[in-house]
Amino acid sequence: MIKGYKGIPMPVRYLINAGLFVVFLVVVSSLTDAKVISTYNNKIIMLIGINIILAVSLNLATGYLGQLPLGHAGFMAVGAYASAIFMKAVIKTLPLGLSLPLGLLIGGLVAAVFGFIIGIPALRLKGDYLAIITLGFGEIIRVILLNIDSVIGFKLTYGAAGLKSIPKTTTFLDTFICVFLVCFVIHAILKSRHGRAVLSIRENEIAAESCGINTTYYKTMAFVMSAFFAGVAGSLYAGYIGILDPTGFGFMKSIEILVMVVLGGMGSMIGSVISATVLTALPEFLREFDAYRMVVYSLLLVVVMIFKPTGLMGTYDFSLSRLLGKPWERLTSGGKSKKAGDR
Amino acid sequence: MAKHDPHETLLPDRDMDKSPAIECIGLGIDFGGLTAVDDFNFTLGRTEIAGLIGPNGAGKTTVFNLLTKVYQPTRGRMLLEGRDTKNMNTTQANRAGIARTFQNIRLFKDLTVLDNVLIGLHNEMDYHLASAIFRLPGYWRAEKIARGRALDLLSIFDMADMADNQAGSLPYGAQRRLEIVRALATNPTLLLLDEPAAGMNPSETSELMENIRKIRDTFQISILLIEHDMNLVMGICEGIAVLNYGKIIAKGTPEEIKSDPDVIEAYLGKKGH
Repeated sequence: MIKGYKGIPMPVRYLINAGLFVVFLVVVSSLTDAKVISTYNNKIIMLIGINIILAVSLNLATGYLGQLPLGHAGFMAVGAYASAIFMKAVIKTLPLGLSLPLGLLIGGLVAAVFGFIIGIPALRLKGDYLAIITLGFGEIIRVILLNIDSVIGFKLTYGAAGLKSIPKTTTFLDTFICVFLVCFVIHAILKSRHGRAVLSIRENEIAAESCGINTTYYKTMAFVMSAFFAGVAGSLYAGYIGILDPTGFGFMKSIEILVMVVLGGMGSMIGSVISATVLTALPEFLREFDAYRMVVYSLLLVVVMIFKPTGLMGTYDFSLSRLLGKPWERLTSGGKSKKAGDR
Repeated sequence: MAKHDPHETLLPDRDMDKSPAIECIGLGIDFGGLTAVDDFNFTLGRTEIAGLIGPNGAGKTTVFNLLTKVYQPTRGRMLLEGRDTKNMNTTQANRAGIARTFQNIRLFKDLTVLDNVLIGLHNEMDYHLASAIFRLPGYWRAEKIARGRALDLLSIFDMADMADNQAGSLPYGAQRRLEIVRALATNPTLLLLDEPAAGMNPSETSELMENIRKIRDTFQISILLIEHDMNLVMGICEGIAVLNYGKIIAKGTPEEIKSDPDVIEAYLGKKGH
């Protein structure tokens, strides 16, 4: 009695999800064009998208792999600088349709290389030790970017003055296509043997090893991927903000991303998405109460941690197909009861 | 392969012409100055069910940790199907055919029962990461086969209907059974069970005995178990080794062990007069 996939068949699920995503893109785009959403608000929405990628990518290392890296802003910085330097170099020669994806890819790959270099020694450690070593790494990146303005004679990073006049190529559409892709890739991996291996390391590393899982490999894989997506987010951020200042990628930025993950619930993708949205939008919309906004922000954190220590969503993950499964079954069994007896 | 004194091996007759599942020659480990296991000579037949017993702290679990390469031995050799296991780590030992359960249950508690077994089947699936990301046909095919196998394995213990439950929410006995299923999923030639009946009531224990025999018969593997429940040990083990202070003090059939004076002394102490 082997259960098949319940409810909605797979292609239809993909269609529904992709369809909803396209609807979301079209609605926000047209609202922006019609000036219902102001340019200011559109900017905030883009920032939300970037923060979603950051939170979801950190969640891969924190929520799913069960480690506690504190250097996520470092990977973001590396990706941002790499792609900004690339974009500045090629913006006049390459068409945007080519340079933009390449820039994102380069940002991601450079961050992934750094993730690999730092991951190999860091992942031999656990818990607090890993937190400290990644924290150190993040600070090293910041300090290097702050103090070095030329690399072997090439003026590339401009040190403390900041990297200026980066082509502002990031659009709403690019950002959210990236958000969608990142979420989908992480989701797809989690539902595979590779993702289950990553989860098993979080659950019990000794048992994972005795199940024949190469824990070092999968730890490194998850860590590198997390760094890759942080690099992509950094690239988007560089093209969004137009100027990179090393001080913006400090320890506090890493903590800010971590707070999003913890608040949303470690190991819940929808939790990361929601809390990244709220925690980005909230300080912006509370600007009128300037003096109090950080108080409200902090209070929110305290309240959530007291009443829901596992985060807003715990490890729960939203599934549209699960939600629509029941109505779908009723719908199809009403017509012809093809698979109704299956479950 | 080293020749053994016939009194030293426990091989049942049917396994005599096959190479043993595992062969330990003078295996030993020191922790600092403390010798935890010493001169451990042990051979296990290809379809044998054997028991490893001994008082608390005798080194039984240390032996399991040596066999599964959690610890590297200080002395001696260990041959798995005739292959030297030197320099293997736990992961490689599992791939070479050793699977185990743990004395204190180590399930993936927050995952479903099915996922636990699917993680055991990890190396039985071979699709690539890219295949998972792009959801290529190879992914769907492998996942479907693995799902079917996982449910088949679960149904050995009548657990197929629990597949969607969270592993940590199962009753204690079911968690122990799930650990065995997960170990079996890795397709072992040697299954190590560390106190499989701990915390089970007598009816669960007798059911477990049936199932251990069934597993041996269906999968044709050898099983080595640590257990304090003497009914279980004497009931299903063909050969028993008794460990005390890290050394094997007796080997033999259940009948021989029951009447061995050294064993009685180890468990009950010396006679007063």
